[in-house]
Amino acid sequence: MITEEVVDLSRLQFAITALYHFIFVPLTLGLAFLLVIMESVYVMTRKQVYKDMTQFWGKLFGINFALGVTTGLTMEFQFGTNWAYYSHYVGDVFGAPLAIEGLMAFFLESTFIGLFFFGWDRLSPRRHLMVTFLMALGSNLSALWILIANGWMQNPVGAEFSYETMRMEMTSFADLVFNPVAQVKFVHTVAAGYVTGSMFVLSISAYYLLKKRDLPFARRSFAIASAFGLASILSVIVLGDESGYELGDVQRTKLAAVEAEWDTHPAPASFTLFGIPNQETMTTDYAVKIPYALGLIATRSLDGQVTGIKDLIIAHEIRIRNGMIAYDLLTKLRAGQTDEVTIAAFEAVKKDLGYGLLLKRYTENVIDATEEQIKLAAQDTIPNVTPLFWSFRIMVASGFTMLLIFALAFYFNATRKLESKPRFLKAIVWALPLPWIAAETGWVVAEYGRQPWSIGEILPTHLSTSTLEASNLYISIGALVSFYTLLLVIEMYLMFKFARLGPSALHTGRYHFEEKSTDNKSHQVPSEGGAV
Amino acid sequence: MIMDYETLKLVWWILVGVLLVGFMITDGFDMGACVLLPFLGKTDTERRIIINTVGPHWDGNQVWFITAGGALFAAWPAVYAVAFSSFYFAMMLVLFALFFRPVGFDYRSKIADPRWRSTWDWGLFISGSVPALVFGVAFGNLLLGVDFYLDDFLRPNYTGSFFGLFHPFALLCGVVSLSMLTAHGAIWLQMRADQPIADRAGRAGIIALIIMLAAFAGAGLMLLQGMPGLHIDMMPAKDAMPNPLSKQVSIVDGAWLSNYATYSWMIAAPVAGFVMGLLTLLLVKARRSGLAFACNSLTMTAIISTAAFSLFPFVLPSMTSPNSSLTLWDAASSHLTLNVMFIAAMIFVPIILLYTLWTYRVMWGRVTSKQIEGNPLSY
Repeated sequence: MITEEVVDLSRLQFAITALYHFIFVPLTLGLAFLLVIMESVYVMTRKQVYKDMTQFWGKLFGINFALGVTTGLTMEFQFGTNWAYYSHYVGDVFGAPLAIEGLMAFFLESTFIGLFFFGWDRLSPRRHLMVTFLMALGSNLSALWILIANGWMQNPVGAEFSYETMRMEMTSFADLVFNPVAQVKFVHTVAAGYVTGSMFVLSISAYYLLKKRDLPFARRSFAIASAFGLASILSVIVLGDESGYELGDVQRTKLAAVEAEWDTHPAPASFTLFGIPNQETMTTDYAVKIPYALGLIATRSLDGQVTGIKDLIIAHEIRIRNGMIAYDLLTKLRAGQTDEVTIAAFEAVKKDLGYGLLLKRYTENVIDATEEQIKLAAQDTIPNVTPLFWSFRIMVASGFTMLLIFALAFYFNATRKLESKPRFLKAIVWALPLPWIAAETGWVVAEYGRQPWSIGEILPTHLSTSTLEASNLYISIGALVSFYTLLLVIEMYLMFKFARLGPSALHTGRYHFEEKSTDNKSHQVPSEGGAV
Repeated sequence: MIMDYETLKLVWWILVGVLLVGFMITDGFDMGACVLLPFLGKTDTERRIIINTVGPHWDGNQVWFITAGGALFAAWPAVYAVAFSSFYFAMMLVLFALFFRPVGFDYRSKIADPRWRSTWDWGLFISGSVPALVFGVAFGNLLLGVDFYLDDFLRPNYTGSFFGLFHPFALLCGVVSLSMLTAHGAIWLQMRADQPIADRAGRAGIIALIIMLAAFAGAGLMLLQGMPGLHIDMMPAKDAMPNPLSKQVSIVDGAWLSNYATYSWMIAAPVAGFVMGLLTLLLVKARRSGLAFACNSLTMTAIISTAAFSLFPFVLPSMTSPNSSLTLWDAASSHLTLNVMFIAAMIFVPIILLYTLWTYRVMWGRVTSKQIEGNPLSY
């Protein structure tokens, strides 16, 4: 039975597992390329410290990667286990990028990560660098295909509904791949990953600098992270996701919700910096506004208009009424009334079928929906404004704070003033969570902001779930949350342990915790596994 | 389009099989090695030798499984939807078992505490044994029929229960797959691990192969007893737009054997299962582990083919609503999607095979205790 409870629990499970997964993914994306940079320097200069850097940060990369793989498995299973109707309805289109991701990207990444760790003594430095590069390339290509799939959920191009197969079918693979929303998302997401990797290396290196440990190692790591991080954060901000917000109705609605833009204002609209959005009265209290800013950011022009929520609801209501006609015709077609007139009539209105399906939440028989139900469904087309409004602002604030940090870090490092600024170094250590806060709130903006759709304007989320009992979901959510939390605790423990230990973890005999003892066998290393 | 729709549908039935076989051959040996880990490794060093034989490869191997899942999603969306949601708890069981792999491999060596390590050893044991068992049970349930129906809008509804999956026949199939992968892991260790593990692995491999052959014979006998299968009375053209509900299917005793009468060459699959299985056994005994590994790969191919041939053209039968059953003709994706995916597979599978073989060549050789202790990055 599909009840509201089943739908809500399925969404909760998806959100939890995706947010967990997204703790690890950005770091993998970013660290992989930092490893390539460090190892490239090693191959060019043959200075041992760069090899040590690649191996040490690689060790932390491995700890993170293990959970990325673990939590990623759930994502693949989950479309089938919990979103069976979704899988049937859009698998023809959505499945392809996922499968190609496996063939083109995940194989590459996963095959070479083994050699990255185990191949140091068996490969020449150049070959090993090639392995590291292919691993990084694999992880980035992986992000590309996943975001092509996700971009299609936001802006479903290159596909048509077929009444015969009762599903969406691909009409153009090129349209799917070159979906502008997917392109924007890819650039924004991988650049955010590079920022995460850079902040990770920057913060931990700042910690060593503060402790005055392994300074040559820490300085070089810091320098690479600050330069790579500055370039990356600039890309994230300049190539922000919002440049895709004028593409497709779902993105337009998301933008209006994120900005709590209730009315359509004459262009260019002003940007609400802060305020308390109220969805009942459709007003924003205590709003602080910056003139022109929203129009400029969202439309990249002075004359582009940002459609307000009230006008969107009016437009959506018309499409819901159209969708009811489409649903009626579809029922006839499925019952075998496949004459040319019916087919032609259906083809003319089928783009609004998804809007008709929104009524399924209120009535099994969409055709007989009451006026009140139509109004409710029209309201449903707008996602909850408050969480989106705040998530977006938290993300942007984190982004600009990181811009400041990377700019200062780069400047102080270039002018060699860094180590005389302990308070700044301390601030960097504490800034470590910022990229994760930005990434997780960014996920909320992108995916919560897509509601009520799982596939924009095509398939409502509440129709997408599997036919399950609520009890099934309570069990799986309970088990997933406990297991994930346990794994996360273990992961964090190992991360902290090895980050504190620093390059001494490599047992080269060249670093802080090893220098004190000349005898290599008696490890003075705190709580370090001797057999590693 | 490279091929007509009908041919492409058939090609994708073969390709899904190829990915499954690829998964069994590659991921199969590391799962098998994990099953044997707590029993063949008496000391920590011995266990580390076992883990390090698969250390550089388990992650790449696992992608065969992930890609098979992705290909199922793309090529047979209805099968993916029905199978994963119907087998909800069985899938969750596999998923949770698989969770132990990445962390077990990567985190075990990071702390020396014996309790820590032994916990992960059993975690790895679960990660190998549970999926191996459940896959077989799932295949058994395909032959028994999955209790689902499709409504008018093709929404899958499951009417069975989790515990209903553990029918004796399904359990027997579970034993086949578990022993098959365990044997594969044993042969791998005989080939790649240092003594005394290699000899112990050889003995374990022989036991596993005997169990596998007996269970395979037992499952075959149950089928020969006239287990009910499905027969298509009427269906649309094979190149029609896929719509599972447009066919007429009836339940007929012994129908899963009818293909062997229609296409007599299919008998080669079960026969090869026995012949290659026995040959593998002899090769393991003679310590020709390289040949035994290749031979066992063929055994597994033959056993999987036997299941697929028996069901053909069904891929996901329902006994409670036979018309809802999914076949390779009516569960497939559109012509364009199958075509795009076929091109992608033709380009990437050969490339994957090339670089995978290269990584195996780089890491080739017996893993010894000396090697592990000299390398701070080993597991």
